[in-house]
Amino acid sequence: MSREDVLVSTEWAEQNLETNGVVFAEVDEDTSAYDAGHIPAAVKIDWKNDLQDPVRRDFVDKAGFEKLLSDKGISNDDQVILYGGNNNWFAAYAYWYFKLYGHQNVKLLDGGRKKWELDGRTLSTDEVKRPATNYTAKEQDRSLRAFRDEVVEAINNKNLVDVRSPDEFSGKLLAPAHLPQESAQRAGHVPSALNVPWAKAANEDGTFKSDDELRELYSEVGLDTSKPTIAYCRIGERSSHTWFALHELLGLSDVKNYDGSWTEYGSLVGVPVETGTGA
Amino acid sequence: MIVSDGCGAPAQGAVVPGEDTGDQVVVTGKVFAGDKPVGGAYVRLLNADGDFAGEVQASADGDFRFYAAPGAWTVRALHRSGNGEASVQAEGPGLHQVAIAVA
Repeated sequence: MSREDVLVSTEWAEQNLETNGVVFAEVDEDTSAYDAGHIPAAVKIDWKNDLQDPVRRDFVDKAGFEKLLSDKGISNDDQVILYGGNNNWFAAYAYWYFKLYGHQNVKLLDGGRKKWELDGRTLSTDEVKRPATNYTAKEQDRSLRAFRDEVVEAINNKNLVDVRSPDEFSGKLLAPAHLPQESAQRAGHVPSALNVPWAKAANEDGTFKSDDELRELYSEVGLDTSKPTIAYCRIGERSSHTWFALHELLGLSDVKNYDGSWTEYGSLVGVPVETGTGA
Repeated sequence: MIVSDGCGAPAQGAVVPGEDTGDQVVVTGKVFAGDKPVGGAYVRLLNADGDFAGEVQASADGDFRFYAAPGAWTVRALHRSGNGEASVQAEGPGLHQVAIAVA
């Protein structure tokens, strides 16, 4: 797989806003940014209301995904270009989710909304309505998703990559620094996890670092590429960003995202937790 | 105690004079272009080693806010009109205010 198969540049995006069969979708947790101005012709996907189950802690099931994409006017044959704020965290999460449900023709806009804005490109407040489709999804591809028992079994056996900030990893903070520090669960990390903050995989304009830079980043902390890897963060979206870097850009074959992440693991009874900076 | 089930940055707003931050170490301020506040800049919080700790998008009035650990921080703003940065020492709980000029 090459970078062109999974990423598009803002230049490419601007030139393909009206290309048939290409659908742009902005994915965010807080969709007020979309409402104030979005890439022309982009539909809105609300990470919380559209992608998460309203009752259980899980994301929407296959039927829910089919209904969402049908309502958004996305068909099985469309090429979907995802982008969003927060350096594409939620867009990367949605990308992972599209792959889970078998939509292969999906790419990320490199740099996301930030790069588009910093480039000074046009934003639109026009309502975007696409005709409904009859989307059919595949069963979830579990080879991309880790659950908690597998994470416990992975301690000292597989690569565990904790992509939160060093202060969250060591237990000094319970949440990223842009959020109030309120939380009920224990602080720390899964023993044997490597701490490679997601931001190290990105340039300051939000684009992904080069393949060579990414390879060096993970090899210098001791990621063993011959072993399977599980990435996690706090709720699974920053780790989707790292999952994308490892699985889609570097082409490692067995990489899973643990979407339960620290909000689940840090609340489990009886599992080992480590604090401090790690090995 | 509430566990936030999201991870995106909340909407940014201006400092209320005399605000009690409780036990939170708050790094906050405004982004300026010349002598006027500028909205929508991407503001990054960097630790003493220059490592990234967080990012928010400033409000339309240029306001931003981080919840940090005590220490020395750099705030760096990226805007289509230019970039800029400033340093701030946050010794403990309370408001630590800083202005950033972009050019």
